[in-house]
Amino acid sequence: MAIGWYLAVSALIFTIGAAGVMTRRNPLVVLLCLELMLNAANLALIAFSRMHGNGDGQIFAIIVMVVAACEVTVGLGVIVAMHRRNLPIDVDELRELQG
Amino acid sequence: MAEIFFFIAGIGAIAGAVGVVTVRNSFYAVLALVGHLLSLAALFLLLRAQFVAAAQVIVYAGAVMVLYVFVVSYVAEGPFQSTPGAITGGARALAYLFAVVLAAELMIAMLGNGLEAVGHDGAPYDPGFGTPAAIGKLLLTKFLFPFEAASFLLLIAAVGAVVLARRRGSGIDPAFRPVLSVMDLVREERLGTMAETVHAGTGAGPAVGATAPLGAGGSDLAADGREAGW
Repeated sequence: MAIGWYLAVSALIFTIGAAGVMTRRNPLVVLLCLELMLNAANLALIAFSRMHGNGDGQIFAIIVMVVAACEVTVGLGVIVAMHRRNLPIDVDELRELQG
Repeated sequence: MAEIFFFIAGIGAIAGAVGVVTVRNSFYAVLALVGHLLSLAALFLLLRAQFVAAAQVIVYAGAVMVLYVFVVSYVAEGPFQSTPGAITGGARALAYLFAVVLAAELMIAMLGNGLEAVGHDGAPYDPGFGTPAAIGKLLLTKFLFPFEAASFLLLIAAVGAVVLARRRGSGIDPAFRPVLSVMDLVREERLGTMAETVHAGTGAGPAVGATAPLGAGGSDLAADGREAGW
């Protein structure tokens, strides 16, 4: 398979994730859509790594996975803290920082 | 053969992504993401990234998604059971318009860039490419600094998650602190540890449910009835 096919799949997944971040109001689903975007970037990185026959892109993808795991941990911690404080789990309701 | 495998995995990945965005129940959204990640791991295998595919399945589809499932089921039993859906009206149309424009732009950037290599299968076959040995060698030689930085980032994230999601001591009488072990002498008050809750339950002081005089740290949660029950 030509590398371009993988890049097309990656672009589609990234777009779907971006649309989800923009349209969904549940912060859990927003985090899931962020995961989609990071994974699309991972797919592109590994496709380019294969294209050049060079392992650097795979290392980059592994580091991206580490960063995604950290982001998920902290994001889910924030959601649990919101739940503990009886705040609504809805990004539209959380606008106290709005100017 | 690779073509058939690619199209199965690619369609699975895109269908999983669409499922994450469209399904209303967030629990099913997490399951759709698991399917998406497994399909993506198959695509990684097709690109000869065996180690990354295995890490994807074990770490991502295994560990991280278990964390998601736990939080989804924990949050679902709160007073705000109605999970918010998608936005509506003009903002939604604008968001989808932006997404379509983004897709077109990405396609132009990735496929219309005129790079000859994008249309080919990639570099010639190398038996050592993508194996754990090659990845480990790269991580410990060329990319040692990113490796160490990532480990520090993981440490910081773990500490941050504990601080964010800890119990802030409600239902604990600060005047009554029995010393049951050596750790009780060095442990600070109201860290939200499991031990404090146990002490609050076994103590002979005021009843656990009664609101104890709380410091500045926990006063905003004093009226939270769910906390005292633990």
